[in-house]
Amino acid sequence: MSKSYKLAANDVNAWYGDFHAIKGINIALEEKAVTAFIGPSGCGKSTFLRLFNRMNDYIDGFRLEGEILLDQKNIYKKDVRVDELRKEVGMVFQKPNPFPKTIFENVVYGLRIQGVSKKKVLEETVERSLKQAALWEEVKDKLHKSALALSGGQQQRLCIARALAIEPTVLLMDEPASALDPISTTKIEDLIYELKNQYTIVIVTHNMQQAGRVSDHTAFFLSGELVEHSKTKTLFTSPKDKRTQNYITGRFG
Amino acid sequence: MRVKEKIIEGLLLLSAIITVFITVAIIWVLLSESVSFFREISIVRFLTEKEWTPLFAEKKFGILPLVSGTFLTTFIAIAVALPVGLTVAIYLNIYSPGKLKLIIKPVLELLATIPTVVYGFFALTVVTPFLQSFIPGLAGFNALSAGIVMGIMIVPMISSLSEDAIGSVPLSLRDAAFGMGSTRFQTAFKVMVPAASSGIVVSVILAVSRAVGETMIVAIAAGQQPRLTLNPLVPIETITTYIVQVSLGDVPHGSIEYKTIFAAGITLFIFTFALNNISFWVRKKYQEKYD
Repeated sequence: MSKSYKLAANDVNAWYGDFHAIKGINIALEEKAVTAFIGPSGCGKSTFLRLFNRMNDYIDGFRLEGEILLDQKNIYKKDVRVDELRKEVGMVFQKPNPFPKTIFENVVYGLRIQGVSKKKVLEETVERSLKQAALWEEVKDKLHKSALALSGGQQQRLCIARALAIEPTVLLMDEPASALDPISTTKIEDLIYELKNQYTIVIVTHNMQQAGRVSDHTAFFLSGELVEHSKTKTLFTSPKDKRTQNYITGRFG
Repeated sequence: MRVKEKIIEGLLLLSAIITVFITVAIIWVLLSESVSFFREISIVRFLTEKEWTPLFAEKKFGILPLVSGTFLTTFIAIAVALPVGLTVAIYLNIYSPGKLKLIIKPVLELLATIPTVVYGFFALTVVTPFLQSFIPGLAGFNALSAGIVMGIMIVPMISSLSEDAIGSVPLSLRDAAFGMGSTRFQTAFKVMVPAASSGIVVSVILAVSRAVGETMIVAIAAGQQPRLTLNPLVPIETITTYIVQVSLGDVPHGSIEYKTIFAAGITLFIFTFALNNISFWVRKKYQEKYD
């Protein structure tokens, strides 16, 4: 039985003003699997990732052609509500960005803005999400302390917990470990491995070893084009394109 | 060349010293004259009497009516300026597309360049008659229209300082809020405004300080009747207005009437000095938090 596709892009082109950032990309991403986007800086991998929850919409001069599909529906159609879309497609950013609130309030933020105020629901969500993000044991006694007092690695796991709290089906991660130390990075990677049973995960990374460790599929981007997309193992051991081979053997990038 | 450097350095130091000297001199004059005032009128009388009639035959020296007048106009001004200024700041920062912002900001700053005397007769000749058309009991001179117009004058101050405060919230927080599915409204009020709250508080305190010290609008539009009241519909007098009134009149130098303006002046100075210090303190705490 073939697996179904959660996300897809059809003939997608994107511009920032005159700059053609994404050039004619077609791709389909498998459900409940991890796909890694790799490529040198400025290759468009982060821009492309941010198309899936429409985070580029607020950038002046941004323009898109083509279709981005979530569950076979075009998320750039006029009747799509962006705030609703983002509850379905969660995001974790490069730099940990907890709100200047308590740990508890960070996790329940998404529920609060949806008008949930039942104490029991909030508490259960906090425990569940922090456990999912492997942070519960470390913070369960200081839930009402400021999130800014946590270490960088803990803050990033808190941000993951915050994203998971509203039960998205897709998790976009934009270099989630690039600002962290090696131990925190390992924890985040283990976490990604755990989470892929329930979520469709797309991760942008600079680190090819990381892509190799955590992902099922890898897509290689260069100058706004998708060069190659296949099973991670295949891409790293027998790349079809010469440019991919040059990149993964460290000849540029 | 070295001599030239020395001369320039000396001139710079001199201007710095002059500024400090003038400030100290002003405080000295205020203090010494008010000390001689308080030798004749006890501080207790000054703070507790409920009437302020130093220019009449039966003299009363209670500062409270002037303080209440100042408080009333300031309160009305902030009640107008805070919601409007904050809304403008949020609109500029979170909603407006780049080009509109380039138009709105300079226009707002234009508001700040209008002379206060113009605001004053605008309050008296436009706002008061307009308000009288639906508030029957409104006197020709009143705290309400002076306060409202003062509020309009302060809007650019609050909006510009608050916009700076909101703009200095890290963009990553805004991304986080949008990424969680917040609407723009939720992003503004649940994340950006709370994160910028200390900067916004500073802008409000500075605005209060400005309103407390504002003179021309209240002198023209609020009347000159010291009255211990919180009713915005009747004429009142603020501390600043009183000082103008006495300074313009023919009060003999050295008399007790003359000294009242220093007592009033030092009261005003204490208010604005305290407010500016609080804002300085809040800003310092705020910087510690984000750097």
